[in-house]
Amino acid sequence: MNFKNFKLDLSNKNKDLIPQILTVLLLVLVIIYFTINAQNNMGNRGISFGFGFLSQESSFDITFSLIDYDGSHSYAKAFLVGLLNTILVSAIGIFFATILGVTVGIGRLSQNYLIAKAAEWYVEIFRNIPLILQIFFWYFAALRALPLTVDSINFYDISFLNVKGWYVPKFVWTNFSIFFYSIIAAVISIIFVSKYAKKQRDEFGKQLPTFYISIGLLIGLPFLTFLIGGVSLSFQIPELNQLSKTVYVYRGGVSIIPELISLALALSMYTATFIAENVRAGILGVNKGQKEAAASIGLTKGQILKLVVMPQALRIIIPPTTNQYLNLTKNSSLAAAIAYPDIVLVFAGTALMQTGRAIEIISITMLTYLSLSLSISVFMNWYNKKMAIKEK
Amino acid sequence: MIKSIKTWILVVLASSLLVACGQGGGGSGSKKSKTLDNTKKAGFVKCGVSQGLPGFSNADASGNWTGIDVDVCRAVAAAVLGDADKVKYTPLSAKERFTALTSGEIDVLARNTTWTLSRDADIGLTFVGVNFYDGQGFMVRKNSGINSVNDFKDGISACTNTGTTTELNMRDFFNSKNIKYEPIAFEKADEVVQAYDAGRCDTYTTDKSGLAAQRTKLSAPDDHKVLPETISKEPLGPVVRQGDSVWEDIVRWSLNTMIEAEEYGVNSSNASSLKDSDNPAIKRLVGAEGELGAAFGLDNEWSLRIIEQVGNYGESYKKHIADTNILPNRGPNELWTKGGILYVPPAR
Repeated sequence: MNFKNFKLDLSNKNKDLIPQILTVLLLVLVIIYFTINAQNNMGNRGISFGFGFLSQESSFDITFSLIDYDGSHSYAKAFLVGLLNTILVSAIGIFFATILGVTVGIGRLSQNYLIAKAAEWYVEIFRNIPLILQIFFWYFAALRALPLTVDSINFYDISFLNVKGWYVPKFVWTNFSIFFYSIIAAVISIIFVSKYAKKQRDEFGKQLPTFYISIGLLIGLPFLTFLIGGVSLSFQIPELNQLSKTVYVYRGGVSIIPELISLALALSMYTATFIAENVRAGILGVNKGQKEAAASIGLTKGQILKLVVMPQALRIIIPPTTNQYLNLTKNSSLAAAIAYPDIVLVFAGTALMQTGRAIEIISITMLTYLSLSLSISVFMNWYNKKMAIKEK
Repeated sequence: MIKSIKTWILVVLASSLLVACGQGGGGSGSKKSKTLDNTKKAGFVKCGVSQGLPGFSNADASGNWTGIDVDVCRAVAAAVLGDADKVKYTPLSAKERFTALTSGEIDVLARNTTWTLSRDADIGLTFVGVNFYDGQGFMVRKNSGINSVNDFKDGISACTNTGTTTELNMRDFFNSKNIKYEPIAFEKADEVVQAYDAGRCDTYTTDKSGLAAQRTKLSAPDDHKVLPETISKEPLGPVVRQGDSVWEDIVRWSLNTMIEAEEYGVNSSNASSLKDSDNPAIKRLVGAEGELGAAFGLDNEWSLRIIEQVGNYGESYKKHIADTNILPNRGPNELWTKGGILYVPPAR
């Protein structure tokens, strides 16, 4: 071959393109190789591939479910139970981790020596112990520390805490849908009110007490449904039942299982340390001059934090905190160790074992976590954009 | 569209199977066994065991594995490699065990595994026999006032292992009795024991042999008892991959040899002296007659080595299960000639 006549167009555009095309080609080849190999191996070992099993009867029960489920339902339904349980513990974890994280983060910057040191110790201890150990600690410590059912810790005769769980009264609604709509109506009207208030402020400089109006709407509208909408609420209080000489159980209320409590506790305590550090970094990242300027125009300490420091700090805090939310969600998969029926225990555990469909089930589980994480990312990116500096 | 999704999903997990390629598989029809060749080349038998079940497969402080499941692997090693100690043990959870076997990480699974239709037919496994006839039972606290499964009432909470037949039997049982129960399923047996010990659940259910073994791990073993009823059949046995019939036969007949040896009174101490026995069946067992080993590419002393190095089934049971006080009474695991159901095809 005459290389002199072989003209390679090395304009800038192609220079960038060629390595990229090569990379993609290589990736495709690797993927094809893996696929064929897996298919061959599975074929050789007589393993079939398919998702038909999802509609089969699962024939195992699950301790704790947000939807109606028992073993006569399908594997697909068991998957849904696991997914909802994962979302539940992640949501609870994120909620408490955020509150605790922000509190501790601000606490670390406190002028008060005791508060600052306590916050520092908390962060240093809890972020440096592996999460799985913390989960075991809270679970088995809780199990050992809590009393047996018959000697439950009694909260005013309506709620009981023991080794089998925390029993709280069950809400029994009549006409719940009317009540629910009233809350939606309240939220919509609050949005309108705040828009109107903003317009008033921008055009006429009038300050409306938006906060109090919102609270009033949120309480008043649902309250009205009790008076005229025929909504009523009663409580079903858990009752102690004796099953045999020493075996007792509470029935009637809602049971929050100890697995959920300890997992949520461990996840939020652990993640809160990282969020606290993010918060501290965010606040420290705001220029000192900003605070001084705010103070010089007569804002109070609270106002400075709320109106000047926090809006700027949030821009620094949100992106790394998004990572922590993602970590928390993924870490919730450690639930399997303490029998909290999350998606890993129920689907990638029990269902996998009963069906033997490892490739199908693991890939569904991975895709599920991927979608969960991406959803959180999308939401946090949207929030981040909202908080970002708007050039005017 | 479905096909493309399928392809993509295959890709994601292909790597695990890729690692396994080149091992196992093949061998159908001919007398060649890839697994046997690989085992000889590696110099050890790759054996999957439990993460610690006294009597069946349990590691002591210095990492030596003992138990009747372990003895199956030792028998295979004695037959194939001439040395019962040439075994590499891989502790597996209930969840991991079948994947480990089908992917070739192990070649024999001797992990108190229940033989069921769907496992045998559906997921690329073959059960080669039964080395322990078990059944599922319940353990409760002695002071609970529960003396039989008929004393269970709505609201009872039951701890067990996830990914086992136990979980399914438990549901069948409580459903048939129309009892609402709270199932709490842990991944590892040790956590089940801890949770039950702490009072998280009122009863602990698994195979009766497992209950007897795990009871020794409780803080006060004497405060607990196993209820008399057995709610299921649990024939436990070694498993191999589908598709290598020679290897399958080796494992099957290694186990059968141990049982047959007990039947004919051949044990580790008298085996070599029985070479000139009058009974042809005994002579075949100790390799003094016939060419039985040739059928799966082994020499003629393979069975003698099993008996000498591992012992017969009775010796194994006595050492690991009876003398350790797990289940002193052999029950169904007695020979058919002595009122049990242990019965193997003749080695001839």
